[in-house]
Amino acid sequence: MTECLTNKKVLIKGNYAIAKAAVLAGCQCYFGYPITPQSEIGEFMSGKMQELGRAYVSAESELAAINMTLGACSTGVKAMSSSSSCAVALMQEALSYATADELPVVLVSVMRGGPGLGNIYPSQGDYFQSTKGGGNGDYKLIVLAPSTVQECVDLTYKAFYLAHKYKNPTVLLADGLLGQMMEPVEFKPYPYPEIDNSAWALSGAKGRDGRVIRSYAPLADNQCEFLKKLYAKYKTIEENETEWEENGVEDADIVLVSFGSTSRNVRTAAKLCREKGLKVGIFRPITLFPFPSKRLQEISTKIKKFVVVEVNMGQMVQDVRLAVNGNVHVEQINKGVGAPPSPEEIAARIEELV
Amino acid sequence: MATQVFKIPETLRKNAKYTFCPGCDHGVAIRLVAEVLDELGLKDKAILAASIGCSVTSYDFLNVDALEAPHGRALAEATGIKRALPDKFVFTYQGDGDFASIGLAESMHAALRGENLSAICINNTTYGMTGGQLGPTTLMGQVTTTSPSGRNAEYYGYPIKIAEHIALCDGTAFSARVSLDSVPNIRKAKQAIKKAFEVQIKGLGFGFVEILSSCPTNWRMTPDKAHERVRTEMIEVFKPGIYKDITTEIEG
Amino acid sequence: MSNIVIDSDKCKACYLCVKECPKNLIKISNKTNNLGNKVVEFCDPNKECLGCAMCATRCPDLAITEVYKG
Repeated sequence: MTECLTNKKVLIKGNYAIAKAAVLAGCQCYFGYPITPQSEIGEFMSGKMQELGRAYVSAESELAAINMTLGACSTGVKAMSSSSSCAVALMQEALSYATADELPVVLVSVMRGGPGLGNIYPSQGDYFQSTKGGGNGDYKLIVLAPSTVQECVDLTYKAFYLAHKYKNPTVLLADGLLGQMMEPVEFKPYPYPEIDNSAWALSGAKGRDGRVIRSYAPLADNQCEFLKKLYAKYKTIEENETEWEENGVEDADIVLVSFGSTSRNVRTAAKLCREKGLKVGIFRPITLFPFPSKRLQEISTKIKKFVVVEVNMGQMVQDVRLAVNGNVHVEQINKGVGAPPSPEEIAARIEELV
Repeated sequence: MATQVFKIPETLRKNAKYTFCPGCDHGVAIRLVAEVLDELGLKDKAILAASIGCSVTSYDFLNVDALEAPHGRALAEATGIKRALPDKFVFTYQGDGDFASIGLAESMHAALRGENLSAICINNTTYGMTGGQLGPTTLMGQVTTTSPSGRNAEYYGYPIKIAEHIALCDGTAFSARVSLDSVPNIRKAKQAIKKAFEVQIKGLGFGFVEILSSCPTNWRMTPDKAHERVRTEMIEVFKPGIYKDITTEIEG
Repeated sequence: MSNIVIDSDKCKACYLCVKECPKNLIKISNKTNNLGNKVVEFCDPNKECLGCAMCATRCPDLAITEVYKG
């Protein structure tokens, strides 16, 4: 696999880049079921994992795929699954279990159009699915949102690290655009320390009592205690891991907020606005949970307006509104599904909004 | 000098006290699993994928590493564990609802892939933990809380014969149905569990045992009467026997 | 000399062992355990126990903890 490591940039499709990065991160087990627009991840894994003597299972369903991932993760190894929108919907139960079991599951979610079967065009319609969860109970997934193929690589590495560091399922939230586009990418070695899982991982109860990874908590008090502990962990994650990119915010009147592939056009749109003399900055959450609420709140006291641009009908905008808590007006530019609105379209809307 | 012919198996947790209803055969089945783990020296390398239903508490009693799977997914989780740690002994302990209704796809495909796993499935013809509803193995005519006038084909369809179905899968090395209705049958059940475990150790594929058990509480019967029902009604439909054993095929 | 040991605290009064014993040596007693169950007791004044372990094999609750044959 070291042939993947290179100081030179290679031109590669997003899905393949994610798969290669996972292998380089030390992913030992991959479980998947095909769905467009992410099938290349499983295709790459089927050959590469076998070649490396690692595990690949072509699962009978996404239900099975994600539960196999939970099983593998319970032994402390790096394991992952990948899927897309309507099929990630099938995985929500297991993700809820994985948070309760505190398992380091990594899931790559390459969004497509919804609801229902929708279509295979890019979309950001699963912001809620990944950050608010479709599973039961109180829980959070760590969610990382790349905007370039290089970030697909870097954040895949990070997903494995954070999942293991915090024993919490972590989602790499890409979309059909990133999955299918080709960009030059550099594959550096996995930059994070290895986490010692021996204190909790299942390994056979040699010389000790059997340990149980479980979520069943028949007593209400126990569950209250557990949730307190879980939410203390989420607070630590918020304090330590919140990541975002901002540019031109200091003197801005308007700040455009976007995540993932949409932020590429938003960046250009901000440039176009600046050329027209409008003081426009950009803000891009890289971690969707933890969400950079604190920073958005700070910015909200200095600017006139936030504009949230998303390829969905308005999902992240709700978190932005919560963060600014009425300090400043929050406008929306939305496109339901497909390629993000063009920089010109966005710039034109900004001019209207000024 | 008297010799000890029965003891509580080592692989059960110290002072394990079952939380099952009086007369429930889960207690016997779990003890048999523990006895076989003892005899095959597997306690130190065994990992259990537990299931949902009355079977969920198996990890409270079996002193082995365990992961609790969502309802029906025990064999998917077991697959993940085994693929990550191929040298460990990985098994499931499930009810019929978990194995053959909500989890039928996971169960069949684990067998079809020939996963080196062992699966134990308790068949008591009802959903026990939720109070005795119609399940995948509910017998024709059986009255449950969701088949108040008895199971009939027009309304509810037919029960599944699990051991036969699993035997049809090419990846299955061993599939048997046993019963806990009598002491001789309990002893046979233990032999079948042992066989299902041994095929995994030998790397021959999927090992499976369906165990006919009583559910006195939900059947509204005394424990003794419940065993009589297993003997007379269940065994009539779910015939005990070895449906597949590739070790005898190999040995001729 | 054959013998069995009963852990009364685990007895759930299913009485399957009572029926199982080929020598009728297990009886329902008047004692109640902490589960509120009228527990069984082993009475073998004439040393008839065979050490067959049928009772322990049948017991679903690990209440018969040891069986000796001799």
